[in-house]
Amino acid sequence: MNLTFTGVLMFMISSVLVNNYIFSRFLGCCPFLGVSSKVETATGMGIAVIFVMGLASLFTWLAYHYILVPLGLTYLNTIAFILIIASLVQFVEMFMKKSMKALYTALGIYLPLITTNCAVLGAAILNITEGYTLVEAVLNGVFSALGFLLAIVLMAGVRERLESSNIPNCLKGFPISLITAGLLSVAFMGFVGLGQ
Amino acid sequence: MPSKGQKPSMGGVFLNGIFTENPTFRLVLGVCPTLAVTTSAINGVGMGLAATFVLLGSNLVISMLRKFIPDKVRIPAFVVVICTFVTMVQMLMQAFLPSLYASLGLFIPLIVVNCIILARAEAFASKHTVLASAMDGIGMGLGFTLALILLGSVREIVGNGTLFGLDILGAGFEPMLLLVLAPGAFITFGLLLGIINAIGNRGKTNKAAKGGARA
Amino acid sequence: MTLPLSTGPHILGKRTTRGIMLDVLIALTPAAAAGVYLFGVRAAWVLGVAVASAVATEALWQRLSHRPLQVGDLSAVVTGLLLGLNLPSSAPLWLAAVGSAFAIVVVKQLFGGIGHNFLNPALAARAVLLTSWPARMTTFFLPERTLLPVASTAMVGDAVTSATPLVKSGTAMIDLFWGNIPGTIGEVCKAAILIGFIYLLVRNVIGPHIPVLFVGTVALMTWLLGGDPLTAILSGGVLLGAVFMATDYVTNPMLIVSQCLFAALCGVIVVVIRQSAGGYPEGVTYAILLMNVLTPLLDKLFKRRAYGEVKQRA
Repeated sequence: MNLTFTGVLMFMISSVLVNNYIFSRFLGCCPFLGVSSKVETATGMGIAVIFVMGLASLFTWLAYHYILVPLGLTYLNTIAFILIIASLVQFVEMFMKKSMKALYTALGIYLPLITTNCAVLGAAILNITEGYTLVEAVLNGVFSALGFLLAIVLMAGVRERLESSNIPNCLKGFPISLITAGLLSVAFMGFVGLGQ
Repeated sequence: MPSKGQKPSMGGVFLNGIFTENPTFRLVLGVCPTLAVTTSAINGVGMGLAATFVLLGSNLVISMLRKFIPDKVRIPAFVVVICTFVTMVQMLMQAFLPSLYASLGLFIPLIVVNCIILARAEAFASKHTVLASAMDGIGMGLGFTLALILLGSVREIVGNGTLFGLDILGAGFEPMLLLVLAPGAFITFGLLLGIINAIGNRGKTNKAAKGGARA
Repeated sequence: MTLPLSTGPHILGKRTTRGIMLDVLIALTPAAAAGVYLFGVRAAWVLGVAVASAVATEALWQRLSHRPLQVGDLSAVVTGLLLGLNLPSSAPLWLAAVGSAFAIVVVKQLFGGIGHNFLNPALAARAVLLTSWPARMTTFFLPERTLLPVASTAMVGDAVTSATPLVKSGTAMIDLFWGNIPGTIGEVCKAAILIGFIYLLVRNVIGPHIPVLFVGTVALMTWLLGGDPLTAILSGGVLLGAVFMATDYVTNPMLIVSQCLFAALCGVIVVVIRQSAGGYPEGVTYAILLMNVLTPLLDKLFKRRAYGEVKQRA
């Protein structure tokens, strides 16, 4: 990736629309299905994910290239990354509680859930396997999370609308949410040719 | 050792994971790998067995250590145990099944954050004997594997016209490509889940008297 | 029947679903007739199978799920016909049948039936078919007969099929307008679509703002990007989509303001998809589907701003 405006824009379109974490990579589906019944909470979750994924991309990249690689311990990356993400989430939570009260009251409840969001660990691992530079890794984390935010907010909008619908009993809950996600994914197929 | 008292029988624990509390179709846990790897039946087998290995290992170790792990740090401790087994699976697959490892890709390391494994550690292994936890691990793992094979088979047959790589529908059949792509994953899983719910609900009304063995 | 002459939001008190659907069917007749004239009997078969499959699936679903039989409201006929008009005349008949069944069952009935689908069923089905059988969906026959003599040089000595539905160089504007071009059954003849549009306006089934803004935005965006605006709006499915699909009551926003935004954004997405290389040849289907997805949020955003207490649709 070249760091011109167009380069960054293309990278963003690719992460947000074309290779959306939910609709084409299946990363972060648990919170996507679990926290998408209201638009407001979905937005909160999405913003919290952007925050954590950006930071996680930064720290896991640094840890991999400056600690694991020199020590020859790259095979420990999974365990190292999950520990970094877990402690990062703890730290962000404490930091927010102390110095960003308003943000904490808005996003605090979502933070613990993010530790087990496979999108965060997925992004950290992809940053390494794709051979991204530090800047690319952080951008990838932030843009992918932006794609997650878009997906979860759109999903929540549709699900709020479905509340009054007479959905067959056996489909209520997860099944209809999955089918909804599938149809959203059909619409997102329109972006396949974008940013090439 | 558990006797016939209040504790569930070994067979019951085993079957619980496959049917009553099937992690995929009844508890709907581990959605990401379920959607991502089921483009073919063989991928379902690979992912399912890898997860079963991790489940069995982590359940065994956590159940053994359940009296020694302090309550406050139990979650990080569980994660470290799970991570160890995931890394083992990763290395074994890379060494012996490189092509399967390549097609499952990212989702092997992501077994770490698969909710099924942590959920069984927390809900079962940390409270039960080693043997019961092992049965639970195998039962849940096989339940997950069977669900992935079912989903993978449907998607592979309709979306590619094959099953386990064998051309079973002949040249006249034009596969519905959507099913092996992302939208097909969501839609097929949703429909299968609905069908299984419908069958389950019917069963429930028919055998209302039969009590479940839920702990 | 008395017709209430009011602008949106289109909560049509006295008009029944059946009445509206009948008007839409009448408005679609010119496009369907032109398609059959241009592409021959094959086109009629495709349309017929699409409609029959939609109606049969709806009836079957309602029977199996013990719901009241509502096939009489004609909405399934409209869905089937719209899907048929969005297929190439070369489409195998099973493709039309599968598409209609998907539209009715997965897109509409699973979500609770008429009024509860969040995507336009015909377009969602078209997108599914396009993804599933891309070659089948993008093989277009040239018209068998033409309306008025062909003016273009591009058509002479051309092959029987054409891979891309968008304009070949050398196609005269007049051929784009009358439909002497390859394309899906219903989209090629712009004259017929306009007749349908005027009928819908006269019957007050739809307002003019969505189609006009949709098409206007496509023209403006194309012009800004250095293309020919008239060619842009006369090629592909822009007119068919703008008049018949973007105006679907169920899947577009409730207020005029948000409907205008909906239409303009549809136009923007069409041009963006058309401009980008690769992917799909035509962006109208996806533009409308993506805006259908955004509709609940638009409704939320614009609620109570322009109209005070707007009652939720039942």
